[in-house]
Amino acid sequence: MYSDKVMDHFFNPRNVGMIQEADGVGIAGNPVCGDLLKLFIKVKDDVIEDIKFQTLGCGAAIATSSMVTEMVKGKTLEEAKTVTNAAVAQALGGLPPVKMHCSNLAADAVHKAIEDYEGKRPGKKSRESLFKGEAAEAGVRGGREAPAYDEHLHHEIPEEED
Amino acid sequence: MGKMIYMDHAATTPVHPKVLEAMMPYFTEKYGNPSSVYSVAQEARKAVDEARDKTARALGCRPSEIIFTSGGTESDNAAVRGAALALRQGGDHIITSSVEHHAVLHTCQSLEKQGLEVTYLPVDRYGQVGVDELEGAITDRTSVISIMMANNEVGTIQPIAEIAEVVKSYRQKGRNLVFHSDAVQAAGALDLDVNKWGVDMLSLSAHKFYGPKGTGVLYLRRGTPFTPYQTGGSQERNRRAGTENVPNIVGLATALELAQTHRESASQHSRRLRDRLIEGILSRIERVQLNGHPTNRLPNNVNFVFEFVEGESILLNLDFAGIAASSGSACTSASLDPSHVLLAMGLPAEVAHGSVRFSLGTANTDDDVDYLLSILPGIVAKLRAMSPLTQTPTS
Repeated sequence: MYSDKVMDHFFNPRNVGMIQEADGVGIAGNPVCGDLLKLFIKVKDDVIEDIKFQTLGCGAAIATSSMVTEMVKGKTLEEAKTVTNAAVAQALGGLPPVKMHCSNLAADAVHKAIEDYEGKRPGKKSRESLFKGEAAEAGVRGGREAPAYDEHLHHEIPEEED
Repeated sequence: MGKMIYMDHAATTPVHPKVLEAMMPYFTEKYGNPSSVYSVAQEARKAVDEARDKTARALGCRPSEIIFTSGGTESDNAAVRGAALALRQGGDHIITSSVEHHAVLHTCQSLEKQGLEVTYLPVDRYGQVGVDELEGAITDRTSVISIMMANNEVGTIQPIAEIAEVVKSYRQKGRNLVFHSDAVQAAGALDLDVNKWGVDMLSLSAHKFYGPKGTGVLYLRRGTPFTPYQTGGSQERNRRAGTENVPNIVGLATALELAQTHRESASQHSRRLRDRLIEGILSRIERVQLNGHPTNRLPNNVNFVFEFVEGESILLNLDFAGIAASSGSACTSASLDPSHVLLAMGLPAEVAHGSVRFSLGTANTDDDVDYLLSILPGIVAKLRAMSPLTQTPTS
């Protein structure tokens, strides 16, 4: 059911844990739906210097969390913003169709961690609008407010991607 | 990886070698159509008749009350739909429970679309239906009551004989009520005497008791109103059209006979391993909860929730260690919802996602239980260390 790459990331997850003094924290998913991702980033000079995750969830949820940390570690914030859930799934050699929407939220968590980081820096130029524009271009469901308990996860499968 | 330890007997079981042996001649030698007149066909006819006699003996009923079907799902569909539609003139209300198998639940939902009314009884925290609640749900329009004998997920055994008494008392008042029980999980563990239970219809599935997949039984008490759902030839006394699946029917009857003969010893074996497994998990892992009734449960069923972890991630780790089990997590099904059974028992969805079921069988040993108990705590600990919900951060 899962690709070898998914199984590799599931059994040997990269960057598991938390960062005590994280610059940004992003949460995606909802334990009611079985998946909850928490992502911590450390940023220096607009580059994601370190990233860690904690995930409660199925094989896909854990593997995508691990995968996304590899994909964005060392990348600039702008580069990280262009990473999509679909790209994470693709990097893992694909996911079973049923998992594409319920357990493929790792990029969302990255975007939220960046949002959190940028929101905490009011002195700097707000990148909020820029973020949303780029996210929409990159195929992320744009403009969606995403608190810890995501409404969209409540048992409906949006018709997109695949 | 060494040998596989199979602990998912509630999902399916391997075909018993004696069952396979009994089936073999009916594929290539005695392959005739039982409805034909020549000898090779009459051999098949005789085999089906003998299988029907054996099955009737196991259920304590008449051979004519046995209908062979394609499995538990068909039997459940045929029973609920067949009786509800036959009784529709006088009643259009079905009572069932919220923890039934989807074969019953979805049939009820489909009948609702056809204008029938359905009451889905709640269950207590152990998954048990209340007999008083059931009686309270009976209206002037109630025609069919369908309550499973034992739950497939949590193993809880329902008060079938008590419900049958209620049904009987209404019948004595002249009410035309039909009582069906899905006994798919109970076969091999519980006595299947239909008169002891007092049911009018009963569903069985061969592959749950070391028989072949794709074959089941619907017991239909003589005189029970029934509208056949599958029409065509006159097989099964016009109650289920279609050429008989002769090898599978022979396999079913052989498996059922074996299951009944060894029921006591097999149950004892399972029960001992079950209790060791339950005790072992409770004593080795914190923040776990046994699902289902503590004592009034199938002898082979162990179902736990492990807080702060998700079921499928446990299953994948177990599979890697060579153990096959199953979960009520949404992630192991095509739906996004966790087990409807656990939700009906009052478990929060986030907890229900962390459920794992081990269902034991005749081949399981003490060594299997020891091995499982030696690796499970590590799997849970590893996943909890990764979980954002775990109270104690580990890194």
